[in-house]
Amino acid sequence: MGFVDLLQQLANGVSLGSLYALVAIGYTMVYGIIRLINFAHGDVMMVGCYLAYFGVLMFHMPWQISWIVAIGLTSLLGVSIYVGAYRPLRRAPRISALITAIGVSFLLESLGLVIFGGRPKAFPRPPILDIGLNLKGVYIMSFTIWIPVIAGVLLLCLVFLVYKTKVGMAMRAVATDMETTSLMGVNIDRVIAITFAVGSALAAAGGIMWAIRFPQINPYMGIMPGLKAFIAAVFGGIGNIFGAMLGGFLLGMIEILVVAFMPHIAGYRDAIAFAILIAVLLFKPTGLLGEPLREKV
Amino acid sequence: MLVVENLHVFYGGIHALKGITFNVPQGKIVTLIGANGAGKTTTLKAICGLVDAKGSIRLDDVELVGKPTHEIVRMGVSMVPEGRRVFPNLTVMENLLMGAYHRDNRDEVEEDLRWIFELFPRLKERAWQKAGTLSGGEQQMLALGRALMSRPKLLMMDEPSLGLAPLLVREVFEVIKHINEEGRTILLIEQNARAALKIAHYGYVLETGKITMEGTGSDLLNDDRVRKVYLGES
Repeated sequence: MGFVDLLQQLANGVSLGSLYALVAIGYTMVYGIIRLINFAHGDVMMVGCYLAYFGVLMFHMPWQISWIVAIGLTSLLGVSIYVGAYRPLRRAPRISALITAIGVSFLLESLGLVIFGGRPKAFPRPPILDIGLNLKGVYIMSFTIWIPVIAGVLLLCLVFLVYKTKVGMAMRAVATDMETTSLMGVNIDRVIAITFAVGSALAAAGGIMWAIRFPQINPYMGIMPGLKAFIAAVFGGIGNIFGAMLGGFLLGMIEILVVAFMPHIAGYRDAIAFAILIAVLLFKPTGLLGEPLREKV
Repeated sequence: MLVVENLHVFYGGIHALKGITFNVPQGKIVTLIGANGAGKTTTLKAICGLVDAKGSIRLDDVELVGKPTHEIVRMGVSMVPEGRRVFPNLTVMENLLMGAYHRDNRDEVEEDLRWIFELFPRLKERAWQKAGTLSGGEQQMLALGRALMSRPKLLMMDEPSLGLAPLLVREVFEVIKHINEEGRTILLIEQNARAALKIAHYGYVLETGKITMEGTGSDLLNDDRVRKVYLGES
């Protein structure tokens, strides 16, 4: 494999990795705050894709508007899921919330099947993202460049939100000590709802760009990227947003490079991701950037 | 200012508070003393709405029972929790700003921040440090400063001397007294009964969920039974 091929694969890896990173953020933020693995997160991403799809094809919105509307509606969906399904279980054992998350996941998939239909749909690619580029022999599609750029901007916004704003400060406080945060006059429910809104918005953005990369959408499309993003979040250290970003990029890169260098095992692509999960859980359960586990009192 | 009447708390099957009645007048330091498990912390948690309670808790004639914690705090109740509970991953400055989270008037918050830094110069030196890196005494000051940042009408403190060196204990009580002299009303819970009664205007003795004795700080300090049970004298 030549240098040019390597560059091409690296570009692909960054592009795929940034998608994992966007979706992984949602897992890690929700886990950090209420210690829940939100297994419905991948399906939230699927809904985001469909909303963007219908925005363009049914309501004839320009794609930019349709994306923004879809991202907004998806974050509302995330908040509704919290209010309807998880909030009543705030004081329940964690396992109840976890099982509920699986239930919400099935609910969204089945509703998707009923409402959107089971036949895969072709996601429209905006022309600007659909240009083949030949950069000195490195042959890539324009979305391969755009996806990491958009993802990077969104991730910067997220870091700003979490580290430079008042509500971000409250999020970090809730994540370490919910009871004491409420003693500061913070409405915990509101902070958690905002967390769901942010996570779901990023999932929608990730999902839409996923559909640009793999332009076929169906109601079960969220499962695999959702699981991969979950792996990325665990890999990086769940609860840590920089961990989710790092885990996402690494996972995307590893997947692409393994397939590129060892084409004969390309069929095991998904298995590689799960092998990483198992290895992380066995040898470094706190992930790359995770802090040592402290049981909350 | 704070009037607690016939307060009951049940924890699962345990009757932790069995109808206690007490009040905290404006501008005074009132202390609840008692052994481990007597229900002192539960009382404070009930006032803050952190545990479900029956009975009546009124702050300036407004009923607090049944209100969520964040609303109670916004009405002017602030608590320094047991074990300090500063946010270790936030900076000292952020911890203090968390205390003022629900206040919108930035000038007033700035003003209070200056006041806290005057009160605790150490915190100013360490404003950009993570709170988790502070010593126990500094964390106690931070927890106290954080609680004051909400400009509370009523400041409640749960075991502020716990785990501190004797010299620091004295310092903490000096500060409490000083804050009170500036006009704040304080409800103090302590195992260190002697230190608490010394600065308190009025005290209540809590035993297994009931109030068994009350009196001014000096009355209780001189009471034989209190001396025997809580001050370790014979």
